[in-house]
Amino acid sequence: MSFVEYGDLIKDGDTAIVFLGHESMFPVKVQHGTVTQTKYGVIRHSTDLIGKKYGSKVTCSKGGWVFILHPTPELWTMNLPHRTQILYSTDISIITMMLELKPGSIVCESGTGSGSLSHAVIRTVAPMGHLYTVEFHQQRAEKAREEFREHGVEHLVTVTNQDVCKNGFGVSNIADAVFLDIPSPWEAIGHAKSALKAEGGRICSFSPCIEQVQRTCLAMEEYGFTEINTLEILLRVYNVRTISLQIPDLGKAAEDNSSTGFDSSNPSNQGSPCSNLQQGAVQFKSGVPLREMVGHTGYLTFATKS
Amino acid sequence: RKIIFEKQWFYLDNAIGHVYGTTFEVTSGGSLQPKQEAEETNKETKEAGTDNRNIVDDGKSQKLTHDDIKALKDKGIKGQEIVQQLIENSTTFRDKTEFAQDKYIKKKKKKYEALITIVKPSTRILSTMYYAREPGKINHLRYDTLAQMLTLGNIRAGNKMIVMETCAGLVLGAVMERMGGYGSIIQMYPGGGPVRAATSCFGFPKVFFDNLHEFPLSKVDSLLSGTFSTETLSSEPEDNALAEEESNGLTDEKQTSLQKTEGESTTEAAMEINQTEEQETMDINAEDVEHRENKEKENKENVQEKQRKQWERRKKLLETAALLREKNADGLIVASKFHPTSLLLALLEFVAPSRPFVVYCQYKEPLLECYTKLRERGGVINLKLSETWLRNYQVLPDRSHPKLTMSGGGGYLLSGITVVLDKGKSDSSNLEALKMEEPSSKRCRVQDLHC
Repeated sequence: MSFVEYGDLIKDGDTAIVFLGHESMFPVKVQHGTVTQTKYGVIRHSTDLIGKKYGSKVTCSKGGWVFILHPTPELWTMNLPHRTQILYSTDISIITMMLELKPGSIVCESGTGSGSLSHAVIRTVAPMGHLYTVEFHQQRAEKAREEFREHGVEHLVTVTNQDVCKNGFGVSNIADAVFLDIPSPWEAIGHAKSALKAEGGRICSFSPCIEQVQRTCLAMEEYGFTEINTLEILLRVYNVRTISLQIPDLGKAAEDNSSTGFDSSNPSNQGSPCSNLQQGAVQFKSGVPLREMVGHTGYLTFATKS
Repeated sequence: RKIIFEKQWFYLDNAIGHVYGTTFEVTSGGSLQPKQEAEETNKETKEAGTDNRNIVDDGKSQKLTHDDIKALKDKGIKGQEIVQQLIENSTTFRDKTEFAQDKYIKKKKKKYEALITIVKPSTRILSTMYYAREPGKINHLRYDTLAQMLTLGNIRAGNKMIVMETCAGLVLGAVMERMGGYGSIIQMYPGGGPVRAATSCFGFPKVFFDNLHEFPLSKVDSLLSGTFSTETLSSEPEDNALAEEESNGLTDEKQTSLQKTEGESTTEAAMEINQTEEQETMDINAEDVEHRENKEKENKENVQEKQRKQWERRKKLLETAALLREKNADGLIVASKFHPTSLLLALLEFVAPSRPFVVYCQYKEPLLECYTKLRERGGVINLKLSETWLRNYQVLPDRSHPKLTMSGGGGYLLSGITVVLDKGKSDSSNLEALKMEEPSSKRCRVQDLHC
């Protein structure tokens, strides 16, 4: 397995995703001799995992079963240990496209945080590209390095422990894209500009507050960036459910023969896409929005270096 | 070549040789000149009002008439100058607030300062362009939805992807861009051949197309049931498909390979295909060719060309069928005008376990049905039906606000991950289905049932 290449069989040293059911999964480091506890029982790595095909069903000691999945940056984002607030795949998707990332791209990022975006970028720029990521917190920088090593992608990324606002990204004139997710991005715009290639480089700044966005846009303009554009993207998820709504009892007309109008107790009522149940209900399939949805993550500001 | 775009017309000749991103001015006669960095005179404090209470919009505030402006244009006066003239001849300009003046100048500049910037194509640019100008051609797939598909599908270098789209080749191009020429793509197509009009706009190097295959949907059923053969392929629609590809400039390689085989008799070429059920058909073709060799030489060459083309096509088809039969694709992307359910159920058979798939549909309801059928089939987890809302913002000092909301128009996505399909046990797939649904305590008040 690799975060940048698919493998068929689970190997010792892999990071695999254990899927238990609806939105219930966790990552596991596959190792000979290790066991993993789940609510369905024990998984023995040596017998249950190693050598099995990814996507297989594994029965645990108590009888319940799970699926073992090949890791992807998206699954990693949903399951990684948070050291900071992270970016989710919805924002990551639009960032990737708007920064025009592709195999071979050179990308600069700050702050590394928990490495959610980092993994996605590494996946996209592989095998010839590179990610230069800057993190001012020493332990987080070290943890990120460790994770990239464990995931077999350390050749595609360089983690630097410094303050991007003071010392920049450590590279000049080579980046195709720069991404900023820091408290004061306007202080790093100058460094971003010098890290970017001479013409056509793209920049993105992610900020939760509109005041930050305003300052960043001004800074971008001052430094001569063009095509400055701010947007936000939100994800709306729907649950697919069969819904049954009761038909109200509106009483009966005075006469006994009630053949006119909508007869709710007539099971052979044709012509409607829904079916009637005997107790007077209508069934239909619906995409039901979740009770609560994410209303805001942050504003994304993009621009081009001209 | 004359380009007409938004009431401007010009020739691109002068642009050749300049760096991408250069902005040009359209001068008289339609030639492009690189824009000079003009001195910013806007920084001077200008006279401005405080609000619009006394400004009456009677359409009479501009003293220059249509003819006056046309005369200025004909004289070859630069756009900047025209805007300046308009400002000077507007009675209400100095009463406008600074913001309103800014807005006015921006509007006039857009109209009269014909500035063209030439940019390098990318998914970002092409998808926003198609959505703005030709959404019907791409089933109203909004660019942020496309962005989600590329990420959810884990599209990256080295994958073996199956793509089924009727979006003029835009989705295919986006996938190709994210794969960087590595890996392979099998494009499923309806009718005679795939439409790749948008794909050619990306400007990919030829090598990107080496591992791009195509396969007709009409053969999928036979492939799945093991009865696949290339016999029933009629030559006419394929000629059309070739013609389409030619107009996109993709058949260069095909033409050169045909030239190479000139002189070889088709009988020899036919003998090279072994272990196929088409051996007989090829032999029959060879016999036909031998008959024709007795006729006029020109006629013979034409027919040889045609046979050769057909043979090439069939060979490619067999190769692609073999690729599909391996049933180890790394992912599936569907974005078409067709009802998605049957497409998904069929094409998922070619995908390996533990791989993502994404289906786009302009409407939600077909995806509801798709979801249900997939649950019945089993072998998929993490099913998610979603859409994204996108909001653009205007960010200016003291004037920041959302620009326009585009929610609801971008289409819907159904995504999931394949797992090993437990074909023998229907009980366990029911249990699976129950396991995959949200637990009942989280459901909303309305009485509902599992689907």
